[in-house]
Amino acid sequence: MKRSIIDFWVGIFVVIGIICITFLSLKVANITSLSSNNSDNYTIYANFNNIGSLTTNAPVKVSGFTVGRVTSIGLDPKTYQARVRMTIDKKYEFTTDSTAEILTTGLLGEQYIGLQSGGDVDYLKNGDTISITSSAMVLEQLIGKFMTSMGSK
Amino acid sequence: MRHITNFIKTIGHPFSSLIIMLGECTRLFWYLLTGCLYSLKRPQLIIKEVYFSGVLSLLIIAVSGWFVGMVLGLQGYNTLQRFGSVSVLGSLVALSLLRELGPVLCAILFASRAGSGMTAEIGLMKATEQLDAMSVMAVDPIKRVVIPKFISGIIAVPLLTALFDTCGILGGHFVGVNMLKLDQGTFWSQMQGSVDLHNDVINGLIKALFFGFIVSLISVYQGLQAKPTAEGVSAATTRTVVHSALAVLALDFILTAFMF
Repeated sequence: MKRSIIDFWVGIFVVIGIICITFLSLKVANITSLSSNNSDNYTIYANFNNIGSLTTNAPVKVSGFTVGRVTSIGLDPKTYQARVRMTIDKKYEFTTDSTAEILTTGLLGEQYIGLQSGGDVDYLKNGDTISITSSAMVLEQLIGKFMTSMGSK
Repeated sequence: MRHITNFIKTIGHPFSSLIIMLGECTRLFWYLLTGCLYSLKRPQLIIKEVYFSGVLSLLIIAVSGWFVGMVLGLQGYNTLQRFGSVSVLGSLVALSLLRELGPVLCAILFASRAGSGMTAEIGLMKATEQLDAMSVMAVDPIKRVVIPKFISGIIAVPLLTALFDTCGILGGHFVGVNMLKLDQGTFWSQMQGSVDLHNDVINGLIKALFFGFIVSLISVYQGLQAKPTAEGVSAATTRTVVHSALAVLALDFILTAFMF
């Protein structure tokens, strides 16, 4: 076989290897998020007292239907609340008095954010914050409350 | 008395020959290391060997990686479903591929696909006295023939392992998300949450580097040691695959104990 053809194929082999290593480090190990930032999405925020074990990329659901994803979770340094950033599909709009709560699929399953629209006339715009939230149900705290209420009887 | 000495000889012979083999391997390794500089000046030889050992193995590695990932996805799903934690399927598939299955299976496949070929080629060149002819022409056959094969194995195995891991994860994704209808975001986020770049990805590739090194060393050693007959070459090829598989599995234990 000609030398240049061999060089070509070996070059392709090395390129495939490098692409795979990049895929493994970027997409699987997630150095920086590769998530597609489409212009069809808008971003809203919500502050929670306790997010439980919510992770980035968790779904945002309305009536069980996924409308968006959690893109990042941070901490508000003044209020010490967790600040969750999520991107929502532009097709769906929510009123400014919408509520957000952290729910769990099954008893021990993954956690997601449930949105519920309110009755206001204005809609949430890009960068707005949902003010009415309810925290994640933490099983240990529930058990703790149950134990103390049992003890006081 | 004769019987007793014979008995001791038959017991001792495998051990002493094993130690002799290790010694010869080390001597060959030293010779390969000192000759590396010469071969690196002539990259064309290495590129040709990478073509035979790496490029021609692409398909088998990609396809077997895909199927291993799909099997992991199915088996993991069935087991995790009992505990209601199907959401961690992504991290199960990714971690088992990156840490263990990727490097080990890829090295064993490489030994049977490319290592056996290296042994057969060197063995046959020896049997047909081509290596001797090179020495007569003042060309060092080790530098000209053996070292490019050795280096090509070290280059090819980590790259093939990366391909194997990638195809496996995509196969697991195919089973989990497309067939079993898990949530795609959970699949990836659980994977990204548990896979660490240094701990899992880099360590897996370092493992692959060691495996590529040991498999190519065994392959060229068996080729050079082959008896210059048809049976000798065939026996050497078989030994390459067997010894490579054993060495890879044993080395995997040692590396795992050090790394994780």
